[in-house]
Order: sequence, then structure tokens, then C-alpha cells
Amino acid sequence: MIGPIISSGIVSQAWDNIFAVLIGMGFGFALESSGFSSSRKIIGTFFGYDFVVVKVFFTAAIVASMGLLYLSYFGLVDYSLLYIQPTFLTSAIVGGIIMGIGFSMGGFCPGTSLCAAAVGRLDGLVFFGGMFLGVFLFSESFPIFENMYYSGSQGAKMINSVFGISPELFTFFLVLAAVGMFFGAAWVQKKVKKVEY
Amino acid sequence: MKKIKNDGSTYLNPYLGGVILGTVLLLSFYISGRGVGASGAVKNTVAATVNAVAPQHVEKSAYYSQFAGGDNRPMNNWLIYEVLGVLAGAFISGIVFNRLKLKVEHSPKITSRRRLWFALGGGLIFGFGAQLARGCTSGAALSGMAVLSFGGYITMVAIFGTAFVVAWILRKNWI
Repeated sequence: MIGPIISSGIVSQAWDNIFAVLIGMGFGFALESSGFSSSRKIIGTFFGYDFVVVKVFFTAAIVASMGLLYLSYFGLVDYSLLYIQPTFLTSAIVGGIIMGIGFSMGGFCPGTSLCAAAVGRLDGLVFFGGMFLGVFLFSESFPIFENMYYSGSQGAKMINSVFGISPELFTFFLVLAAVGMFFGAAWVQKKVKKVEY
Repeated sequence: MKKIKNDGSTYLNPYLGGVILGTVLLLSFYISGRGVGASGAVKNTVAATVNAVAPQHVEKSAYYSQFAGGDNRPMNNWLIYEVLGVLAGAFISGIVFNRLKLKVEHSPKITSRRRLWFALGGGLIFGFGAQLARGCTSGAALSGMAVLSFGGYITMVAIFGTAFVVAWILRKNWI
């Protein structure tokens, strides 16, 4: 079966939401079991006492990137049917900076706050509630940010094209960089004073 | 492959956790042609709620009208179903790894009240930024990186770079 099996019509659209629940369950299970329901474990990455975020995030990124390229190579997935996050340079940078501030204030990102709430962490629940306010504020003040929201549009640009190399070669370098970070993380973690949490 | 904590709960080996997460993400693309997300579900819920209260307001808004009103049926939405799955999956993991407990997690140097105010503010700011960047750590950064999206990588670097600096400014809250 050539994926994506819903978009290409192999499996009826009606199944999409059922798969959405199952995929979400896998997502939530993976995050929580890795320790992403704990804000102090997540934040450990920035102080060097726990690099779980770096390890899990980059392992997942290389597994998914390599997996999609292999599936595409073997003709099992039609890459042109995949949703590629469009690039709007200005809003990607400014939005990312704002999210970074929220990240270190709250200790979560949206997905992990939900996992924390699911296992009874009230700080996760409050963070998730705060998001509704933030989304509402942005939506109501959209006219102020509209120009920034649409500026720097580059379409579904892929990062390998920025370097002028193939997706496979870029992913190869990504794997090297990730493995380098994993060794670096292990080295730093040994030197840093332990934090009890 | 488990790390045992003092409170009796256990965590998966982070690399195993990463492989599971990456496989789920891969399946999401293989099945539905899209990555996973989280903040989008909040956006759709807010848009649907405002639409229920003030439909004319949604129709006039250049932002809401992309996600609610007209032919949009926001509650019939992939991300909302996915996020309900996330809650269930995390809850199951909490049972399996012995982590279900009602508490406010915070550094011993700060009060629960301070922790909750910062969590509220952090969520508010994160939710705001995720609208501008068209997605959060899951939808924009991780899912974007899986399909080599340039914007996804830029957002990832901006989030982690800023968070690193701000974490040190606010270090008394954490360590």
C-alpha cells in the first residue's frame, strides 16, 4: 500500500479520525514514558543535569526523517502528498522566540503540558489553560500581526535545498550531528552537579 | 531499559522513547499524510468557541475565519481527535510507569503558587507564539523536521535557543 493511505484514497476518509486517536495515543504514551510529563526533567536540558529532551527529540527526528526517505525510496510513500510545514521566515523566527520564552517560564510545550495534566500535574493543566488565553489574545490582535504573519513566505521549502544538497545527504549529516550531540550530552551530564527532582 | 526513580516511578530509556516517538510520527505521515501536533487543537477549540458565541465576529476576523465558521467544522477535526488520544496515551503510560499523582511539581526553592503563575504565563506566551509560527514544538518543529521543512528547523532553533537563555535568567525557578 502506497502511503499516505488516507490522502491517496486507499483507506476511506472516515478512518482518518480513528487513526488520529490511535496516533495521538502513541504520541502521548511516548512522551509520558520518556519523562516529558515532568517540567523539571524537561528544563534539565538547559542546565545540563538531564538531557532527555535532546535525546528523545533528535532520536525521533532522525527516525522519522530516515523512515520517510526509505519508504519513499522503496516506493511505499508518495512524498509529494505529505504535508510539509510552509516556511514564513519572519513569523517562524519571531514565533519561535516567543515560544522559547513561554517554554522556560512554564517548563512545558503544548504537547508535554497535556501529558503532565493527564498524570495529575496541576502545573501542566494550568499551562494548558494558559494556552487558550494566548491563542485568544493572538486571534483578537491578529490585525496588528497580520503583516508579520504573512511576511517572508517561501512556500514548502525544504532545508536540504538551502544547502543545495539532496534530502538523503542532509539527513545523513543530521544523523551525524545528532549522534555528536548525544555524546556531547553524556559528557556534559557527567560534569554537572546533580539536581534532585 | 528502565531508569528507576526514588518515588518508585520508572522512565523508558530516552533513546527507546525517541524511537517509539519517531515511529509514531512516521506512521502519522504514512497513514494521514501529516505530522502530529498539539497547539492546533487549542486554536481550533478557541475558534469554534468564539464562533458559537459570536459568529459574525468570526466571519469578520481574518484569523478565525480560516478555522471556524462557514464550511469549517472545527470539532470534526483531526488534531482534536489526536489530542484526545494524547491524553489517553499519557494516562495509560502514567498507570504503567506508576506516575499518576495529583501534585504541583516545582523547585524546593519556590512556592507552588509561584510555579502555577509562571505555568499560566508560560502557557499564555507559548500559545501566542505558536499561532505566529503556525505550530508548536510538535506541529512546527518536530513534524516539520521529519519532512525536512526549512521553517520547521528555523522554528526549532528559535525555540531552543531562546529557551536556553531564558532558562538561565529564570534559573531560580528551576534549580
